[in-house]
Amino acid sequence: MVQLVLPKNSRVQKGKHHAAPAGAKKVKTFKIYRYDPEGTENPRWDTYDVDVEACGPMVLDVLIHIKNDIDPTLSFRRSCREGVCGSCAMNIGGRNTLACTHGHEEVPGKDCQISPLPHMPVIKDLIPDMSMFYAQYASIEPWLHTTTPEPQTEWRQSPEDREKLDGLYECILCACCSTSCPSYWWNGDKYLGPAALLHAYRWLIDSRDEATGDRLDELEDPFKLYRCHTIMNCAQVCPKGLNPAKAIGEIKKMLVDRVV
Amino acid sequence: MTDAPRERPLSPHTTIWRWHLTMATSILHRASGCALYGGGLILAIWAMTLAAGPEAYGMFKAVMGSPLGKVVMFGMTLATFYHLAKGIQHLIWDAGHGYNLKTATMGAIATIAFAIAATLAVWIIAGMTGAL
Repeated sequence: MVQLVLPKNSRVQKGKHHAAPAGAKKVKTFKIYRYDPEGTENPRWDTYDVDVEACGPMVLDVLIHIKNDIDPTLSFRRSCREGVCGSCAMNIGGRNTLACTHGHEEVPGKDCQISPLPHMPVIKDLIPDMSMFYAQYASIEPWLHTTTPEPQTEWRQSPEDREKLDGLYECILCACCSTSCPSYWWNGDKYLGPAALLHAYRWLIDSRDEATGDRLDELEDPFKLYRCHTIMNCAQVCPKGLNPAKAIGEIKKMLVDRVV
Repeated sequence: MTDAPRERPLSPHTTIWRWHLTMATSILHRASGCALYGGGLILAIWAMTLAAGPEAYGMFKAVMGSPLGKVVMFGMTLATFYHLAKGIQHLIWDAGHGYNLKTATMGAIATIAFAIAATLAVWIIAGMTGAL
């Protein structure tokens, strides 16, 4: 349901301020969402005055610098630091993106605000609970479904058919798109969201897959698919430059095509 | 600390998001659609007062012709044209075109531009023909 205001336990309060070290060359303020699951208080905005000359150019560099040198209690997910794993997806300056590939100077405004992926249950600080997101991905059965006997070698696919998967297979499941979508905010329990639907389309148009009809049956639902109102936030924020809105549009077209 | 884990807070969403034009035009499509429900009501009242006779119709005209009535009608004209334009963009999307980010943003600009231009045109024509 549409819930514009955060529930009582989620309202973010004013937090601590960490001043810049003496002799800092170029100070920039980072306002970061903090939540301590072991405490009793609401989430809070902590501000850190960071000497950005002392760390790398990406937001992830700043976060690691804060954790190493200013405040070791700050928690966030990260792994590859090159936009391949999708672990460090978060909301930076009001838009979802990967902290590792987004420079802090790219964020408009003087300060840089960082919070977890929007409208998600928060485990700690910048770490959201992704269980629902992964369950939705699993629900579209993201693997090859076939009825013909397995070939002796591999399932063959022409270069032309393989090309149809471009712009889809690159998805790293970082959840930037799904958690940017107002429809997903309000109906995240019933609407599959852009990421899962992009993957659904990836299997629908795979020339080797033999369950297209069953897959479409599963998606023909007022909530699972049709909560997409082409708001386009998904495509606007995708750090890999993919277009889930277009993939969803193609699924809607496939559903029309099979009845007319 | 208690043994029972406490309920996880919900991360901020509407309060922190930096809007895109495509997002704004999308919610405006819904808002204008809702406004047009009111417009439908005005249309029904117009037909009813017209059927009820000159006295009732005169009252309708007086209310809608008042400055406040004109502001409402101007808003309705804007909502109608905006809803129409955005509806056409949705038709184009349903046909499988215009999902490219640049095209979608251009479409958003075009819907706003069309709504303003068409509304002004209608009101200028109304003013020139003495309908106001």
